[in-house]
Amino acid sequence: MSTLAHDGNAMLGRQLRRIRNNPGLLVLTQTMPITMLLFFGYVFGSALAMPGAEYRSFLVPGLLVATAANGLMTGMFQAAQDTHRGVMDRFRTLPMSRAAVPLGQAGADLVVTAVGTVPFLLVGLAVGWRIEGSALEAVGALGLLLLFRFATAWAGIFLGLLTRNEEAAGQLGGATFILPLLSNAYIPTEGLPGWLRTLAEWNPISAVTMALRDLFGNAPVPDGAAWPVAHPVAGSLAWCAVLLAVFVPLAVRRYARGER
Amino acid sequence: MTSTYAVLSEGLEKRFGEVHALRGLDLAVPQGTVCGLLGPNGAGKTTALRLLTTLLRPDAGSARIAGHDLLRDPAAVRRRIGVTGQYASVDGELTGRQNLQLFARLHRVRGPAERAGELLDRFGLTEAADRPASTYSGGMRRRLDLAASLVRRPDVLFLDEPTTGLDPASRNRIWDAVRELTADGTTVLLTTQYLEEADQLADDIALMGQGRVAHTGSPAQFKAVIGARVEVVVTDPDFLVKTAAVLDQLTGAEPSFDHERRAVGAVTRDGTLTLPRLVRELDAAGVPLLDASIEPPTLDDVFLRLTQEEERAA
Ligand SMILES: Nc1ncnc2c1ncn2[C@@H]1O[C@H](COP(=O)(O)OP(=O)(O)OP(=O)(O)O)[C@@H](O)[C@H]1O
Ligand SMILES: [Mg+2]
Repeated sequence: MSTLAHDGNAMLGRQLRRIRNNPGLLVLTQTMPITMLLFFGYVFGSALAMPGAEYRSFLVPGLLVATAANGLMTGMFQAAQDTHRGVMDRFRTLPMSRAAVPLGQAGADLVVTAVGTVPFLLVGLAVGWRIEGSALEAVGALGLLLLFRFATAWAGIFLGLLTRNEEAAGQLGGATFILPLLSNAYIPTEGLPGWLRTLAEWNPISAVTMALRDLFGNAPVPDGAAWPVAHPVAGSLAWCAVLLAVFVPLAVRRYARGER
Repeated sequence: MTSTYAVLSEGLEKRFGEVHALRGLDLAVPQGTVCGLLGPNGAGKTTALRLLTTLLRPDAGSARIAGHDLLRDPAAVRRRIGVTGQYASVDGELTGRQNLQLFARLHRVRGPAERAGELLDRFGLTEAADRPASTYSGGMRRRLDLAASLVRRPDVLFLDEPTTGLDPASRNRIWDAVRELTADGTTVLLTTQYLEEADQLADDIALMGQGRVAHTGSPAQFKAVIGARVEVVVTDPDFLVKTAAVLDQLTGAEPSFDHERRAVGAVTRDGTLTLPRLVRELDAAGVPLLDASIEPPTLDDVFLRLTQEEERAA
C-alpha cells in the first residue's frame, strides 16, 4: 500500500474511533438540522407566501447544503484542537505522508456526513419532502452534496491549521452559520434586491442547493439567476473544483510547515 | 566522525520575532549515550529539541541526526527518532490502547495490538488501557506519551522534561525505560529541570544559558566545580579552634564557626577528601569528635552557581 493510502487510512480510523468513543457529540450535531427543519418548516413556513408543505420540500435541500457547509466549522475546530493540544506536532515528527492527516480528517468527516444524512432525509420524507426526479438524479444529488462537504472540510482544515487556537476556531466556526443566511438555502433569492441577489447567488451554497433542488425535482431554476445558480450542476462542480484546488494544497502545505 | 555522533549540531539559531531563542547551539551526543540538556526557564531547551526533531526550521546552522542531514532529509530523520514533547500530545479522545495502536500502525509495526499491549503493561497502564486518555492523571498521560514514542525503538529519543510533575514511582518507571533503551543502543537527548535526573541518567550534561550551550561535562565534572561541604561537631567547645586548624589544613578553605552547635564547617575545593581520612586526622589531633559529615555537592549548587555566573556575564 502506498504511504498516503496507508497513513490516510490510519488517520481515518483515528477519527472514526474518536467519534465512536464519544457518540453524544455526533448525535447532537445531527439533530441540529432536523430541529431546524421542523422549526423553519412549521414556524417560518406558516408566515411565508409559499404553502407550508411546499416550503418544507424547498427547505430540505437547503438544510442539507447548509449542514454540509458546516464542514468548514468541523474541519476548522478539529484541526485547531489537534494543533493546540500538540497532537499535530506528534504526527509531524512521524515518518508519515504529509497529506495523510488532513486527508484522514476530511475522509472521516465525509463518512460521518453520509451517515448523518440518512435520519435527516427520513424526517424530510415525514414532513412532506419527496424525490420527484429519477433515482439516478437523486444519487447524483447526494454525490454532489458529499463532494461539497469534502471541499468545505478541506477549507476548514486549512483555517484550523492557520488559527491553531481551539477557542478562536470555535468562535469563528460559530460565525459560519451566517453563510447559508446569504444564500437560497432558506429563502428564494428572487425577492432580494439586485446586488444582494447577485451576492447570494454567487455564494457556493446557492449553486449546490439549487443543484439539489433541481436533481431531486423539488423546485425549478429561477429566471434571471446568476450563472452558478442558472447552471446549478455545472456551477456546483465548478465551485467544488475551485475550493479543492485552492484548499487541498494550502492545507497540506500548512500542515507540513508547522509553525516553523 | 559524524557517524559516531547520534546528534551533532553546529551553530543552530532561531529567532521568534524579537526573541533570539537560540544563538548558535553546538551539541555533540555520542551514539548510545544520554545527554541531559539543562538550563533555566527560557534558556531555549524546548526550542532546541523542536529544531532537532524537524518541528522548527533553524534560521542558521546545521545538524545531523542519526547520520541524516536535518535540513536536507527531514523525512529520513523522522524515521529514526522518537519524540516526547514538553506537553502531553496524545489524543485525549482515544483510549490509551487506541493511541498506541494508532502510532504503531503509523510506524508500520507488525502486530500493532500486541505492541500496544506490551507497552501498556510496561508503563503500568494496563488497567486504564481502555479509558479515554483525557481521563488519565498527569503522570499517566506522561507515561502514555513516552510509550507512544517507543512503539518502534528509535535510534535517537528526544524527551522534553519527561518527568516533570511525576511522583517518584512514575519517575522511576520512566528512568528505567530510558536505561533499558540506552542498553539497547538508543541515544537519548533529554531536557530536565531536575538535576537529580541528569545525575541518574546522563552520561553528559550540557548546561544551556541564553540560547547556547554554556558548559558541558559529565555529572562528576560538574560537581567538581564546587567542592563538598564538610562539617565537624565536637563535644567540647574548647576544641573548636583546633578543629578549625585541622580543617584548614585538609581543605585549604576558611572555616566557619557555629558556636551554638559547637560545629566548624568548611567547603573543600575538590571532591577528594573522604570521611575516613577526615575522622583519622581529627582523631590524631585529639579532637573529641561528636559528628562529622561531608555533604557531596548537589548538582543544584552547581547549577545555581553556573547559571548565576551566566546571568552576570550577560
Ligand atoms: N513560538 C514562539 N514564539 C515566540 N517566542 C518563543 C516561541 N517559542 C519559544 N519562544 C521564546 O524562546 C525562548 C526559549 O524558549 P524555550 O521554550 O525553548 O525555553 P525552555 O528552555 O524550554 O524553557 P522552559 O524550561 O520554561 O521549558 C523563550 O524566551 C520563549 O519565550
Ligand atoms: Mg521547555
